[in-house]
Amino acid sequence: MKHVVILGAGTAGTMMANHLHHQLKHPDWEITIIDEREEHHYQPGYLFLPFDIYAPEDIIKTIEEFIPKDVKLVKNKINRIKPADNKIELTGGNEIAYDILIIATGAKIAPEETEGMKGAEWQKSVFDFYTFEGSLALRNKLRDWEGGKLVVHITEMPIKCPVAPLEFAFLADSFFKHKHMRDKVEITYVTPLSGAFTKPKATEALEHLLHEKGINIEPDFAIEKVDNERKEIVDYGGKIIPFDLLVTVPTNKGDELMERSGMGDDLNYVPTNKATLQSKDYANIFVLGDASNIPASKAGSVAHFEAEILTDNILRFVHGEPLKEEFDGHANCFIETGNGKALLIDFNYTHEPVEGSFPFPGIGPLRLLKESRMNHMGKLAFRWIYWNVLLKGTHIPFVSATMSEKGKHYA
Amino acid sequence: MEKIIAGKNITVNEEGYLTDFSQWDEQVGEALAAEANVPLSARHWEILKYLQNEQKNQVALSIRRIGKSGVTDIKEFYQLFPNAPLKTATKIAGIPKPASCI
Repeated sequence: MKHVVILGAGTAGTMMANHLHHQLKHPDWEITIIDEREEHHYQPGYLFLPFDIYAPEDIIKTIEEFIPKDVKLVKNKINRIKPADNKIELTGGNEIAYDILIIATGAKIAPEETEGMKGAEWQKSVFDFYTFEGSLALRNKLRDWEGGKLVVHITEMPIKCPVAPLEFAFLADSFFKHKHMRDKVEITYVTPLSGAFTKPKATEALEHLLHEKGINIEPDFAIEKVDNERKEIVDYGGKIIPFDLLVTVPTNKGDELMERSGMGDDLNYVPTNKATLQSKDYANIFVLGDASNIPASKAGSVAHFEAEILTDNILRFVHGEPLKEEFDGHANCFIETGNGKALLIDFNYTHEPVEGSFPFPGIGPLRLLKESRMNHMGKLAFRWIYWNVLLKGTHIPFVSATMSEKGKHYA
Repeated sequence: MEKIIAGKNITVNEEGYLTDFSQWDEQVGEALAAEANVPLSARHWEILKYLQNEQKNQVALSIRRIGKSGVTDIKEFYQLFPNAPLKTATKIAGIPKPASCI
């Protein structure tokens, strides 16, 4: 019997287990997924929790309920990967041998990378919303915050869901308007990029929205430290931005397991072929989702598209056929813009987000790069889709794994 | 598009980055530095050469990596190339603007 081992039962790993168990069956194959946690969190919900739009119970389920019965779930911390021996060493010393390994251990925040970030003001006036704890603490803070300078900040790229901090700024604008205290809050969006986003057309649209909502933007800000006493963030060039409430996205890093195993780059991401999703160093190791170093967005939609392509490639690998260089970096993201509206963007490695209609060319019903209520309904419906369709590895009708250029207005 | 830099016809993109490194030489570098108001010292050149070498080896450039390179630290990098050092330095070095992952 041959053995596939999946590391991590988050969005990417769970989808992969659901895809593969239809293809690689007993008695020829056994599939094991390893994760030390009990809960599966709907991470996009962390954005809504601070504004009391979602409650904790909306975004937490157990890992178990999404893992197929014929896949073995091992709840244990992983000590290291031993790629030369094709073995996983668990904490406690047990080893699990594999024929094929899929790494889906994700990315997480590392506030300790920035001087003073996790200092005296952490979760008092300095918050993250990329963890459940951070998001919940921020909710409690916002419930009775009386206003002042709100700074929404990105430490460095890449981060998970690169549009989330923008959405946070938009939702904050909307939240304070509804509380009739928008005039008491000054919102500043601080980014290491030269504009609101990395791609020109989307940057233009998003900066227009920031302007419309009275949100200031401070581009090209490379943070050196958080000064807890003076309540300021300081950049290497000497720029200083004062805050009363700092909502930051700290440096994101891959799992420390990669460092322990000597398999990661300087941010613990695993060097991966961006078209086949095979590890650059080991032929029988594949990397899915946020754990890899490929230049695509770190987002659930990307993991979803990758999972469809990776399933095919793993079957090719099993049959000794050449891998298909098929993954094109396809990402599809809703961007909440507040007041019950949202934008939608669809893009890949080579094509930036542009205006158009989605998924049906010329029809929609969703509009690309334009605010609409329908897009917002799409974003809210996505939570249901996530739990009921996406994690189960079911193909989403009319949305292909590689990006379609139809219905899009490229210049 | 074409642009005359240091008396030569050079192909650049809409942001002024060279699209063909073979057209770059030190005079072109000097001219681009003058345009960016960065007078080049020996220290600048060490960093520019380092960036070109990293580019040649297809290493993705980032402020973090440069800070850990041993060639310079982030503080000095900002002093030498003020404001947006990586963008300025790569332009002078004649290599592409680093793509920030999204």
